[in-house]
Amino acid sequence: MNFEMSDDRRMLADSLGRLLDDACGFEHRTKVAYEAPWHDPAMWSGLAELGLFHAFLSEDQGGFGGAGFDITCVFEPLGRALCPEPVLAQMMGLTLLATAGAETGPALDGTERLALAVDEPDAPWEPEAGSTEFRGGKVTGRKSVVYGGHVADRFLVAALADGKTALVSVAAGDASVTPYGMIDGGGASEVVFEEAPGEVLIADAGAAIADALDRGRLALAAEAVGAMDAALALFTDYLKTRKQFGRPIGTFQALQHRAVDLAIETEQARSIVIRAAAAMGTEAQGKAVAQAKALTGKIARLVAEETIQMQGGVAMTWEYPSSHYAKRLTMIDHQLGDAMFHTERLAKMV
Amino acid sequence: MDLSYSPEEQEFQDEVRAFLSEKLPGELSNKVRRGQELTKADYERWHAILNARGWLGGAWPKAYGGQGWSAIFQHIFEEECALAHAPRIVPFGLKMLGPVLMKFGTEAQRAEYLPRILDGTDWWCQGYSEPGAGSDLASLRTRAVRDGDHYIVNGQKTWTTLAQHANRIFCLVRTSTEGKPQEGISFLLMDLDSPGIEVRPIRLIEGGYEVNEVFLTDVRVPVGNLVGEENTGWTIAKYLLGHERSNIAMTGFSVAALDGLKKLARAVRRGGKPLIENPLFAARIAEVEMDLEAVRITNLRMLARAEKTGAPGPEASMLKIKGTVVRQALNDLARQALGPAAAPFPSEALEGNLALAPDGHAQAAASYFNNRKISIYGGSNEIQRNILAKGMLG
Repeated sequence: MNFEMSDDRRMLADSLGRLLDDACGFEHRTKVAYEAPWHDPAMWSGLAELGLFHAFLSEDQGGFGGAGFDITCVFEPLGRALCPEPVLAQMMGLTLLATAGAETGPALDGTERLALAVDEPDAPWEPEAGSTEFRGGKVTGRKSVVYGGHVADRFLVAALADGKTALVSVAAGDASVTPYGMIDGGGASEVVFEEAPGEVLIADAGAAIADALDRGRLALAAEAVGAMDAALALFTDYLKTRKQFGRPIGTFQALQHRAVDLAIETEQARSIVIRAAAAMGTEAQGKAVAQAKALTGKIARLVAEETIQMQGGVAMTWEYPSSHYAKRLTMIDHQLGDAMFHTERLAKMV
Repeated sequence: MDLSYSPEEQEFQDEVRAFLSEKLPGELSNKVRRGQELTKADYERWHAILNARGWLGGAWPKAYGGQGWSAIFQHIFEEECALAHAPRIVPFGLKMLGPVLMKFGTEAQRAEYLPRILDGTDWWCQGYSEPGAGSDLASLRTRAVRDGDHYIVNGQKTWTTLAQHANRIFCLVRTSTEGKPQEGISFLLMDLDSPGIEVRPIRLIEGGYEVNEVFLTDVRVPVGNLVGEENTGWTIAKYLLGHERSNIAMTGFSVAALDGLKKLARAVRRGGKPLIENPLFAARIAEVEMDLEAVRITNLRMLARAEKTGAPGPEASMLKIKGTVVRQALNDLARQALGPAAAPFPSEALEGNLALAPDGHAQAAASYFNNRKISIYGGSNEIQRNILAKGMLG
């Protein structure tokens, strides 16, 4: 048994961490995350130059990674830095291009930006329940809250074709895109396709999309663990230094026990993410990923709420980074299925 | 045991409902229902409408322009206002300073300030917390030093709600460092446009602007602005906190929010069905609803006791805790109900054809984050537990 990260992955994670320290410091991050276009081209090319996107594909797909732990070793640092760049969309897009055997070069080097257009307003998190159609070479329908859609060059769209869910590629210029910022920073868009010319990448794409979504869920769970670590570090410092009633508030037992509970739960989150990363590509993938997404979703909200409550008013302010961690930790649960959605899936496997 | 209001109270409830349906402007109630930020003019408009009916200071004695409402009348009024999505009454003048002046103020202070609170000439804000004095309020350090007919005040206040709209502030200041910290505090009134006062905004977690820092540098305050005796400010502050017992559980807001949540869960679809048909989600609504029902009754029990004995008892702290937890749970469920649509920053770009959330719910996530404050302010839920523990265990 060995729970150490491989040297290659550790080097990538360390370099990524250093890059983010420089390129995604709190003030700069806040500006990028909350002001149009919710994107920093310099940060993005820095990530690409690091070879980040190559980590998402295996060697025979043209990358140097592709395993579950390649995803988690990247997304934990991204979470720790609250990086607002749409790396998740790029990762899921690359996975699907590679599965389809399509050209991945421009996306691997970051010059082409991808977004996965799956969710529809009345059918969130159910790629096969949408009403977007592909007929006669054209896509018609609406996709909602498309992460990365604010900067995407190309959409990979789940669309009904011949009674099956196909994966169709549509150039961003052929869609009507309304970009917007998110309450926890970063961007997304509404995307409307009106007879937009599209190219089928995978005709029967249900399984391929499900796999890409699983990889996305693993990434989000790892991002949450990174954000929890950073949030807890701020929180611990504050409890040790903030004095009320003549002593640090961290000396009050009523807070100590709750602080420790957060540490326990964060370790639970870390463990379930490791479990899911190890299960990628095996029969256990579906269940392990659902467990990781559901449990981290629940724990992330607890960490968000409790770090605000125990730090008090200061954690309610925009100027103190803790509030931004709380927002991201809460809103991660709204992406790719929330804790209730995945718990329901798991309940059917009991 | 009879849980119904007396005939007189029921009559009053009907009267309040009729008044609200006739006089509450739709623009205001829509803003409140949607969780949008109210402008100064919005608040002033609603205050003026209430004042014209004599209900703005309904709980004030008749001698000061009020109705002399009982605690139950006041509860009925506030619950009906919340259910109708009326703007909240800005409490600093009406519910805080007003009662303080009636109890501790001089005749001159009452005559000068009380009418101006009712007619909207003055907008008061509260200078209590300081960067180093939050839960431990008695450790406050803003100094007021006597200089002839004036105090010279230096220090900093924080979390000053809606100071950007205010022209006056009441402050707890330190006038003595002798003895226990509580014994050297005084209650002082100031004009916000006095030289040496600077108000700086604090942006909150969700991006909104409702609280401020107030910096006080060599501010000259006439000694006539002292309320009560010097060094008795702590008694006044405690009176003020104990006095504010109506609406502490905010059950009216929560009942309205529960109704909105159920409508939302019927409107959004998940797994091909309305969300409310999802047994896991429906069960969570049911759980909050039972808690809310119990809190509502605890609140009425407290009001009945206060009416009989004049003292609210420890239920005030219980109500603060349970009331805020229930309200936050409702905010949490509304945010969750929206799924992906909760995440976009509410903006004009998302109104109209691209509206992601059912009408009135675009602010669900913002309201959820903003309302994390309610278990922190006004004596955090941890401080309320300390108060309860002291009563229970000594």
